[in-house]
Amino acid sequence: MSVLELIIALPLLAALAIWLGAPARAASMGATLINLILVFVTTIQYAGKTGLAFTQSRPILDNPSLSFAVGADGVSLILALLTTLVMLAAIWQIQDRPAIFYISSLLIGGGALGAFLATDVFFIYAFHELALIPTFLMIALHGRADAAQRKAVAWKATIYLGAGSLVLLAGLVWLVLEFSGGSKLTFDLEALRAQAALTPLPIAKQGQIFFVLLLGFGSLVSLFPFHSWAAPAYATAPTPVAMLHSGVLKKFGLYGLIRIAMPLLPQGVHVEWVQNALLLMLLGNILVMGLVTIHANRLDDTLANSSVMHMGYIFLGIAAGSEVALKGAVILMFAHGVSIALLFGLCGRMRNQLGTLEYSKLGGLATHAPAFTVLFAFGAFASIGLPGLTNFAGEVMIFAGSFTNFKAAALSNLHWTVFLALWGVVMSAVYMLRAYRGIFHGNATTGLFMTDPAVSQRVPFILLATTLLVTGCCPWLLLNLMKSAL
Amino acid sequence: MSVFTIEAGLALLGLALLLVEAFKPDISRSTLGLTAIAGTVLALVLLVFANHDSASLPSFIQPWHQLDTLALFYKGFALVITLLVLWLTLECAPYLSRYTVDGKLAEMFSLPLIVCAGMMWMASARDLVTVFVALELVTVSFYVLVAFARKSALSLEAGVKYLILGALSTGILVYGIAWIYGATGTMSFDGIAKALANPATSKTAALFGAAMLLCGLGFKVAAAPFHMWVPDVYQGAPTPVTAFLSVGSKAAGFVVLTRALDAFLAEGSIIAVEVQSLLLVVGSLTVLLGSLPAMFQTSVKRLLAYSSISHAGYLLLALACRESARFDLSSGGIVAFYLATYLPMTVLGFLVLGLMRANGLGEDIKDFAGLAKRNPTLALLMTISFASLAGLPLTAGFIGKLFVFLGLVDHGYWGALSCAVIAAAAGFYYYFKTVLAMYTTEGTDTSALTISTASKAVAGVLAALILILGVYPKPLQQVLSSDQAGVVAK
Repeated sequence: MSVLELIIALPLLAALAIWLGAPARAASMGATLINLILVFVTTIQYAGKTGLAFTQSRPILDNPSLSFAVGADGVSLILALLTTLVMLAAIWQIQDRPAIFYISSLLIGGGALGAFLATDVFFIYAFHELALIPTFLMIALHGRADAAQRKAVAWKATIYLGAGSLVLLAGLVWLVLEFSGGSKLTFDLEALRAQAALTPLPIAKQGQIFFVLLLGFGSLVSLFPFHSWAAPAYATAPTPVAMLHSGVLKKFGLYGLIRIAMPLLPQGVHVEWVQNALLLMLLGNILVMGLVTIHANRLDDTLANSSVMHMGYIFLGIAAGSEVALKGAVILMFAHGVSIALLFGLCGRMRNQLGTLEYSKLGGLATHAPAFTVLFAFGAFASIGLPGLTNFAGEVMIFAGSFTNFKAAALSNLHWTVFLALWGVVMSAVYMLRAYRGIFHGNATTGLFMTDPAVSQRVPFILLATTLLVTGCCPWLLLNLMKSAL
Repeated sequence: MSVFTIEAGLALLGLALLLVEAFKPDISRSTLGLTAIAGTVLALVLLVFANHDSASLPSFIQPWHQLDTLALFYKGFALVITLLVLWLTLECAPYLSRYTVDGKLAEMFSLPLIVCAGMMWMASARDLVTVFVALELVTVSFYVLVAFARKSALSLEAGVKYLILGALSTGILVYGIAWIYGATGTMSFDGIAKALANPATSKTAALFGAAMLLCGLGFKVAAAPFHMWVPDVYQGAPTPVTAFLSVGSKAAGFVVLTRALDAFLAEGSIIAVEVQSLLLVVGSLTVLLGSLPAMFQTSVKRLLAYSSISHAGYLLLALACRESARFDLSSGGIVAFYLATYLPMTVLGFLVLGLMRANGLGEDIKDFAGLAKRNPTLALLMTISFASLAGLPLTAGFIGKLFVFLGLVDHGYWGALSCAVIAAAAGFYYYFKTVLAMYTTEGTDTSALTISTASKAVAGVLAALILILGVYPKPLQQVLSSDQAGVVAK
């Protein structure tokens, strides 16, 4: 039995135990803590290795060949680490909530772990679906708007993500049919990869399949113009669900592109019309959503929209497709996941204490909540891309990796996109700093004030902030895991 | 012991129970029910240990009977569904008996045994006459079962509708059989396959006969455009009978379809192209006409009826995809696999409906409001059943659909595939609409519901089966692919 199977099973078993009557908080905290340690140890064991490790395959269907196969390389371990970190923080910060909050957090996290650690396309897909269902249910059940509105938000997300998943499924089936050698259909990613290396598809066809996958995976990651479900969903979702979906589960689409689409269709993204389309869409994410974010007048709106916007940078790394840009994209996935989870977690606390998140009603909160302010600053500055925090490392690598073969006389579309995308950094600074200053500094004119969380409730946020600082100062910790992965 | 003896014994047990009840009216219903259940369990055990060789059959029956993997599989299938229906009847008995004339349920325990014998016989049929006789044994028994709740107007209405349309479809079926006999000069599937491979056979006559046969069977399996009776009959019939119709009757129809199509579509058949196109059109129409109206239903029982239509559509599409080297399963094997996954999820759904009824609740979606608070176990069971019906990954329903969809993709039937995708998407909507109602809305009544331990156990087994088949379908696949299941024409 591979340790990865244990890592996937633990949260799901804990959810089952809670449903059967185990104490919710103890069981979920225990399972998540053990899981974090397991993933951490596994990651340390992996350091220095290349290729897939900890593999295990259990066939469940002969032909078409389907197996419960797990395996991890640097990218999947980084994302597994992100998942367990955010899970622990999300579950830790839950207070006075019914057991379903713990169960759904465990299911979302467990599904995400399964999707990141499985190496069979079928199970990668299935685990992601498993994680999506509790997300929708929690928004519909315990969302923060009135019943009609939160149901509308949940339906909107369900329809967008459901349709996206169907397109994705079509693309995956297309891949499987193209790459299954001989008469046997296989869903095993390694077998498909081997076949793709042996007999690559014609470049035009690679572009077509890549585009279908891009639309499918892209709508799961709120790629412009399939993004409009995301902001209301995050603003409405209960705090742990917002943390887990925006921080972890959304990365699934990007992971799929890097892990499935790019190795199998190495030329796909470089087909001219595909790359141009992707560049246009990601500019929509960065510039259009950047402007939308600047105009938000509630903190949860700002965070939700900024989360959509930042996906644009990661897509830029994928569009460039160079080694450096792709590694930067993975680092930014990790960084964004940690920072947005931190911000959504703190934002949820603020709402619980203050009852409102509108900028016009908030001010001067730092006076009574200094620790809270510092923690928020970590998230906000990371989000802007301040050097020393992880997001910076990712963004720099993406920009540098995208801006290769520069000749002033012949600028490619990619170069122009980088020029334009850099303005996104400025926009991030504008809305984040304005939000930070407006909420925490200045005069508390409105009479609303909040207090610092108890020390035990600071732990999850300190954990996330420390992660940002450590991996921000030493990004090689993450880079060393990806010696060959891409 | 030969398998035929088991079938005959089962029918005799049914007759005996009928006689006992007639001459000894004060016998308790649990005695009758438990005897029937015991008989079915015994038959199931005997079937496992019986001689599975065709040569073991009595010589007078051998020309009409065959024992291949598919036949044995469907025999087991018939016994399992009969067992579940008998048990469900016993569980719903206090409620059901209020609607019968004399407050008794005798025939409800004996007729399923006769239906079961008919289905088991049909699974082995090698020629159209055997098919017809067995099919009528099943259908005529169902006429009685559907109208059994005589004091309920809905049940009577359902009975009349089922009787008239069933008789009509039988007529069409016989007409088709006559044409096929006229065209090919034989009733046996092997003979038909041989005759159809002969270019001298009249194509028009054979095709007309095949089309009529498919129409007749289309009624039985609820294929569009012959599906109109389904929602009314399903809604009106007592819930155990609805479950039996939905699973047993459908499986019986599909065994016959599998056998007939193996003959019609055999290598070199002159009508293969036309029959295949017909199947694709009818299948696509059926998934759509089942799924789209289902979105607007307010009664869960009617919703399940429409869902049953759309599942018939997927099965027809599976039959339209002939053998492909990419699968270990033949199209008949895929249908059998799909039905094996369809059994636990459908029975579980009807079981929950029956338990709700036993608690005095209705069958509308609004009756499910707040069920998650009133009885979390029941809500979870319903969720598992509906998730699997919708075809969610990691449930049994997904694997069945996967085979169908991959088959369509593999053969490049893009039109049918798009219809199936639309239907599946609609399915997600209407199944989860009901699930959401259980979790997100508050009912007017919030008192807790109680269910018996036995119900919990049976439902738990069904739910476990759904999940196990969803993550580990390999054993079932191996059973069904152990020989070239479903290939009659040698």
